[in-house]
Amino acid sequence: MNHVSQRNTHYCFLDAQGQNLEPLPSDISLDWLRAAYRHMVLIRALDKKVVALQRTGQMRTYPSCLGQEAIGVGIGLALQENDIFVPYYRDQATLYLRGVTLTQIMQIWGGDERGHLFTGHAHRDLPLCIPIATQMTHAAGVAVALKSRAEPHAALVTCGDGATSKGDFSEALNLAALWHLPLVSVINNNQWAISVPLTMQTAASTLAQKAIAAGMDGIRVDGNDVVAVYHAVDLALKKARSGKGPTLIEAVSYRLTDHTTADDATRYRDIQQVNDAWEREPIKRLQTWLHAQHAWDPAQETALLEAVRTEVDAAVAAYLALPPQAADEFLQFQFAQMTKPLTAQQRYQQVRFATDSGTQDPQGAR
Amino acid sequence: MDARELTMVEAVTLALRRAMLDDPSVVLLGEDIGTNGGVFRATEGLKAEFGYKRVMDTPLAESMIAGMSVGMATQGLKPVAEIQFMGFIFAAMEQIVCHAARMRNRTRGRLHCPLVIRAPFGGGIGAPEHHSESTEALFAHIPGLRVVIPSSPVRAYGLLLSAIRDPDPVLFLEPKRIYRIVRQRVTDHGKGLPLDTCFTLRQGDDITLVSWGAAMHETLQAATQLQQRGVSVEVIDVATISPLDMDTILSSVMRTGRCVIVQEAARNGGIASEISARLAEDAMAYLRAPVQRVTGFDTPMPYPRHEHFYLPTVADIVNACEKTLEAPSTTAWRPYEIF
Ligand SMILES: Cc1ncc(C[n+]2csc(CCOP(=O)(O)OP(=O)(O)O)c2C)c(N)n1
Ligand SMILES: [Mg+2]
Repeated sequence: MNHVSQRNTHYCFLDAQGQNLEPLPSDISLDWLRAAYRHMVLIRALDKKVVALQRTGQMRTYPSCLGQEAIGVGIGLALQENDIFVPYYRDQATLYLRGVTLTQIMQIWGGDERGHLFTGHAHRDLPLCIPIATQMTHAAGVAVALKSRAEPHAALVTCGDGATSKGDFSEALNLAALWHLPLVSVINNNQWAISVPLTMQTAASTLAQKAIAAGMDGIRVDGNDVVAVYHAVDLALKKARSGKGPTLIEAVSYRLTDHTTADDATRYRDIQQVNDAWEREPIKRLQTWLHAQHAWDPAQETALLEAVRTEVDAAVAAYLALPPQAADEFLQFQFAQMTKPLTAQQRYQQVRFATDSGTQDPQGAR
Repeated sequence: MDARELTMVEAVTLALRRAMLDDPSVVLLGEDIGTNGGVFRATEGLKAEFGYKRVMDTPLAESMIAGMSVGMATQGLKPVAEIQFMGFIFAAMEQIVCHAARMRNRTRGRLHCPLVIRAPFGGGIGAPEHHSESTEALFAHIPGLRVVIPSSPVRAYGLLLSAIRDPDPVLFLEPKRIYRIVRQRVTDHGKGLPLDTCFTLRQGDDITLVSWGAAMHETLQAATQLQQRGVSVEVIDVATISPLDMDTILSSVMRTGRCVIVQEAARNGGIASEISARLAEDAMAYLRAPVQRVTGFDTPMPYPRHEHFYLPTVADIVNACEKTLEAPSTTAWRPYEIF
C-alpha cells in the first residue's frame, strides 16, 4: 500500500491470469463480484455500440473507456449516494452507477446539453469536464463545502495521467492536504495522453508519489483489478467521510483503443504494446476467476450478453428518438433570468428559424 | 518554384517548415505536435525532418507552454507554440497577458518576446464542448499582442511566415472549419504577407462587407448572391484584428456608405463592435445606413447537435445587407436586428 514510488508495485488481488495474489477482502462476496462483472460487460457493450454509432454518423466525437471499465465500476460501487462525484470525460461506468442513464451518456456525446440533467445519486454531481485537470480544483471546492457544513460525505474526482502535469492538479492536491479535505482523487493512468506516453509526461516513477509532495497518502492500485480499485477507493472514501483527510489513488490501466473516435493511435504507438495490454484487461481476468470458483457458467454468460444487448439497444433507440432542441433553447439557460439582450436575441432567433420550426440547419450540411 | 494546391492546414505546415529551414532559432512546441503531427496534422512530418529538439512534444500544461515560450523568446529562440484548441488557451492567458505582451514595454526594449502562439478556433465541425468558441476579442483587447487570423491557404502561408518573423508576440488563430474546405495554389517562395493590413478580396461600390476567419467563407458566398442581383459589393478580410487597419475599412466605407460586419463570435464586445464604433467616429458623415453586425449569440457555442443555431449563415448576411441597402427608406429606418 505504501510503495507509492516504485513503478512495479501496486495493490492487486486478482492478477492478469485471474489468480488470487491475496485473499479477497472480507466484504467482497460472490454476488458483489458477479455484479461488478455485469457492470463492466454492460459498459463495454455500450462503448462498442457508441463507437459504431459514431462511425455511421449518428454520434459525435466519443472517448472510449475500453480497458478501463474496472476503474469506473470500482469507483461507482464504492461511492455512496450522498458522496459527490466530480468526473472528467472518460467515466461512463461511474456515471452509469450514479444513475445517469445510458441514453443520457449518449446524449452528451451526441452533442446535446440535456444529457447533463442528472438525477438519482448524481443529482448533485458535477457535469463532465473537458478542460484537462480543471475539475480537480472544483472537487477541492466541493470538499470544502462538505466540510464546512460538516456533512459526513466525500468528494471523489477523476482525471487522466496527462492531467497530472497541469498546475490545477498540484494546486488541488496541495489544498486538499493542507485543509485536510474529504477528497479522494483517482487518476485513470491509461498510460497515454492522446499521443503522449507517460514516459514523456513525467520523470516521476509513479503518479501516486505526487501525493507525498502534497502531504497526503498516495496509493497505487492495479486499475484492471476491480476488487483492488473498489477496495482502495472504499477505504479512502471511508477515511474522507470520517474526517481523516484526502487520498490520491493512481489506478494503473491501459487505453486499449484510440484516444477518441477522432484519433488514430496507429500513428504513434506500437500495436505490440496494445496486444500485450489486452492480456491484462479487466473483464477477462474476473471472468476467469469466477469460472475457476464455479461462480459463473456459459449459460449465465449467454444470458448476460443477451440482457446487456437488450439494455443497450433500448438506450440507443431512446437516444435516436430524442427530438432536437428548439432553436432558441440555448439562449434560455445563460442566466437565472433572461437579460434584455438575450431576450432580443431570442426574438431574433425565433424569426430566423420560424419557417422550418427550428429543426433544420438552414445551410444544409455545412 | 514549387507551387501546389494546398488546404489551409497544409499551408500552415508549409509555412512552419519554411520558417524552420530559413531560421534555426525557430522551434515548435505543444501537445501532440511531434510524433502525432498535431491533432489537425498542422505539424505533420516536422519532427521527422527537424528532430525532437526543434519540434517538442510537451507535457500537458498550457500555462507552462506559454510561460516557457516567453523564457525561450527572451533568449533568442523563436518559439512557435501550438495550443491544441483555443478553448484550452485560458491557462496560458496569464503568461500571455502578464508577460509576453509586456516584456518589451516593461524592460524598455531591453528584452522582447518574438513568439507565436497558434491555436485552431471557431465552430462548425461538431467538436465537443470547449472546442468551438471564437474568443479572439479577449486577446485583441490586450495591448502589445498582435492577433492574426488567416482565411485562405495563401494568407495562412504568408501571414504565418510574417508572424514568426515579427519581433513581437503574435496570437495566430486558425479557423479550423475552413482548414480543409478549399484548396489554393500556394508557392513556397518564403515571402510573408503584411501584418496589420486588411485584404480587399473584392472591389465594389454599393456596400462594404467586412469579416475575418471562417465567417469570411459565408461572407464571400453572400457577396456572390448579392452580385448576382446586381449589387456591387466590396469584401474586406480584416486578417489582423489587432492592431486594426482602419484605413482600408474607412476608405472603403466612405466610398460605399454602407457596411455590414460579420463575426462568428458572440455579439457583445466583439471586434465587430470595435469596427462599428470606429466607423461611427470617423465616417459618420459618409454613412447612408447604420452599420450592421451579423454575429453569434451571447452564449457559449451550443453542443454540436445544435451548433447550426448559433453560426451566422449566408442568408443572415444577405438579409442584413438588404436592410442596409434599403435604407434610407421613406419610413423611419428600423434596424434589421432587434438586438
Ligand atoms: C486544458 C486542456 N488542454 C488540452 C486538451 C485536449 N486534450 C483532450 S484529452 C487530452 C489528453 C488527456 O490525457 P489524460 O489526462 O491522460 O486523459 P485520458 O484522455 O488519457 O483519459 C488532451 C491533450 C484539453 N481537453 N484540455
Ligand atoms: Mg491518459
